[in-house]
Amino acid sequence: MLHTLAVLVENSPGVLARVAGLFSRRGFNIESLAVGKTDDPTVSRMTIVVDCDSRTLEQVTKQLHKLIDVIKISDITQDAHVERELVLIKVHAERAHRIEVMQIVEIFRARVVDYSPKSLIIEATGSAEKLNALIDTLRPYVISELVRTGKVAIIRGSKKI
Amino acid sequence: MKLSGAQILIKSLIEEGVDTIFGYPGGAVLPIYDALYDSDLRHILTRHEQGAIHAADGYARATGRPGVCIATSGPGATNLVTGLANAYMDSVPLVAFTGQVVRSMLGRDAFQEADITGITQPITKHNYLVKDAADMAEIVHKAFHIATTGRPGPVLVDIPKDVSAEEVDYTKPGPISLRGYKPTVKGNIAAVNRAAKAIMQSERPVIYAGGGVINASASEELKKLAELIVAPVTTTLMGLGAFPEDHPLSLGMLGMHGTKAANYAVCDCDLLIAIGARFDDRVTGKVESFAPEAKIIHIDVDPAEIGKNVRVDFPIVGDVKVVLNQLLERLEKKLPGAWQDKVKQWKKEYPLRYDLKDGKAIKPQHVAKKIHEVTEGKAIIATEVGQNQMWAAQFYTYTRPRSFISSGGLGTMGYGFPAAIGAQVGCPNDIVFDIAGDGSIQMNIQELATAVYYELPVNVAILNNGYLGMVRQWQELFYNRRYSHTPITAPDFVKLAEAYDAEGYRAEKPEDVEPVLKQAIESSKPVLIDFIVEPEENVMPMVPPGGEIKNMLD
Ligand SMILES: Cc1ncc(C[n+]2csc(CCOP(=O)(O)OP(=O)(O)O)c2C)c(N)n1
Ligand SMILES: [Mg+2]
Repeated sequence: MLHTLAVLVENSPGVLARVAGLFSRRGFNIESLAVGKTDDPTVSRMTIVVDCDSRTLEQVTKQLHKLIDVIKISDITQDAHVERELVLIKVHAERAHRIEVMQIVEIFRARVVDYSPKSLIIEATGSAEKLNALIDTLRPYVISELVRTGKVAIIRGSKKI
Repeated sequence: MKLSGAQILIKSLIEEGVDTIFGYPGGAVLPIYDALYDSDLRHILTRHEQGAIHAADGYARATGRPGVCIATSGPGATNLVTGLANAYMDSVPLVAFTGQVVRSMLGRDAFQEADITGITQPITKHNYLVKDAADMAEIVHKAFHIATTGRPGPVLVDIPKDVSAEEVDYTKPGPISLRGYKPTVKGNIAAVNRAAKAIMQSERPVIYAGGGVINASASEELKKLAELIVAPVTTTLMGLGAFPEDHPLSLGMLGMHGTKAANYAVCDCDLLIAIGARFDDRVTGKVESFAPEAKIIHIDVDPAEIGKNVRVDFPIVGDVKVVLNQLLERLEKKLPGAWQDKVKQWKKEYPLRYDLKDGKAIKPQHVAKKIHEVTEGKAIIATEVGQNQMWAAQFYTYTRPRSFISSGGLGTMGYGFPAAIGAQVGCPNDIVFDIAGDGSIQMNIQELATAVYYELPVNVAILNNGYLGMVRQWQELFYNRRYSHTPITAPDFVKLAEAYDAEGYRAEKPEDVEPVLKQAIESSKPVLIDFIVEPEENVMPMVPPGGEIKNMLD
């Protein structure tokens, strides 16, 4: 099962390596990991998606807690939360196909952020499922490059992690 | 006040109560060694950085105070790696300082640069690279705090040469604040209550005590608990000495080379009380048949240990000493019954034994036993790794915490001798023995020079079987006696000792054992004793790897 962990860490050098190293060393599978500073510049926040059973999840959480630089971990999978991922897709679209591509962009509420004679760059945000569906739909039009951020997530309402 | 990074380091060490450091100099630590020249700190110059860190580790285990070592950058730092992994596996409080290339050269493959914080990340409790001399004091104090609290462990502090040379305004750092590190001390009340109830209801309790009891200085509490509820106590290798083995409730060690009584009791108990132990595979054998009928109480300071290897019914996270006191408040005296009789019967029926009958060659077990006799059980025993380690564990009767010093988790050959040196430095009035193998002792034999120079009267009892004996034993039992590369030669240990200006004795007959041990203890010099022992003796009883612990070979 997929679990979404929100993890507050010290914004110190090496913290990403410590977390990533722990996952690979103990054989835990990271689905995605996104990291950035928070409002407090000394604290970074990671959103980690792991694919594991509940017993492994307990170990993941406990082992993460052992890292001195990890301040707080919340499993927000069960909380109502907003989650988003961003993707940039470069599509090779010849003139003949542009209309179709633009229609797809519209349907998925994505945006075209770069327009050149041979290619378009499409930006989309949303859940992983939505982005997967967009990517699948665009595949016939030759995707030349694609980059995703990994998921970020936050609990709905006034509750904090 | 202007101080250099190195001066701040020394000042902070003294504030931490450090009196001794083990180390080896080099280019990147020149400023630190220069500051050391003016200080009152005792520095023990070993002959290898691995010797320095194992000595610091042995010092820590023998005294309970954190061990401190120092090495230069690059090869000096990488020579610490085994020692860090060793201390990490056995939860030993240790702070290691390494020199590093100057800040402007970091990451450029400079001369003697090694990314030691990267390398040691999985084998330290935490590590630091000091980027500014102004941070030095705070980092050093944090390093000691982390190393010594919660579940102890090694912390490494990497110091670029220009940081230790740099002069800054020294201000005393405020109290330590680590928002991501707050070890639990007190057990959760509800959890303690549930465990107490389970104890009162149990009919066949067994206590399984590990190194965590020693780390928490909780031997007294353990004894009180055992006596109050009349529970037999078995210890792990790391827990030897946590409970007196001459106590009627002692079952000795459990696991692969434990006693039958201990393994049987664990298999038959209805309540297993695990205290500061981590259900290592050398203890449990096949996990499914470990304590199959028992409810399990697990008391540990490290929450990650709970539920890691076995399912636990009553987890209690907290400092072992504090939690035991909480439990004791809630328990009432229990009376012995059929269970205690049964355990007594097992102890009587299946004592550890060895065959003395042919009487020609020295039995290695006999040496361990005689060391106990001759020292009246008052020695500190370090061990190497292999058969020697197991015989030392089985045939010396441990009655005090911190009297058995051995590489448990990592199983590091070459650990025992430098660890014995460290123990002797920390406990100058104790008799210290390293019970060694002929293979292992050759891994850090150079430290003989250290022992001689600092006049440390450590005794090394080499159980010389001409083999990498433990590996040979497995080849005999599981690889059809194909002794692939396990016969091993050694120098003439007597001459070698003499070459180092230590003393060297040899014993070849059983009747030589006692006099030679007495002579060693009387000598004020380091002594190497070459015991020529039965070459193909095996450590028994034995649970084959992955087997059920109630099925022991013997
Ligand atoms: C550094 C290291 N290398 C290899 C091993 C594997 N090993 C475990 S026991 C052993 C044999 C040790 O031989 P010796 O010191 O003579 O002890 P004995 O078993 O003969 O008492 C070996 C090679 C180890 N534990 N540590
Ligand atoms: Mg040997």
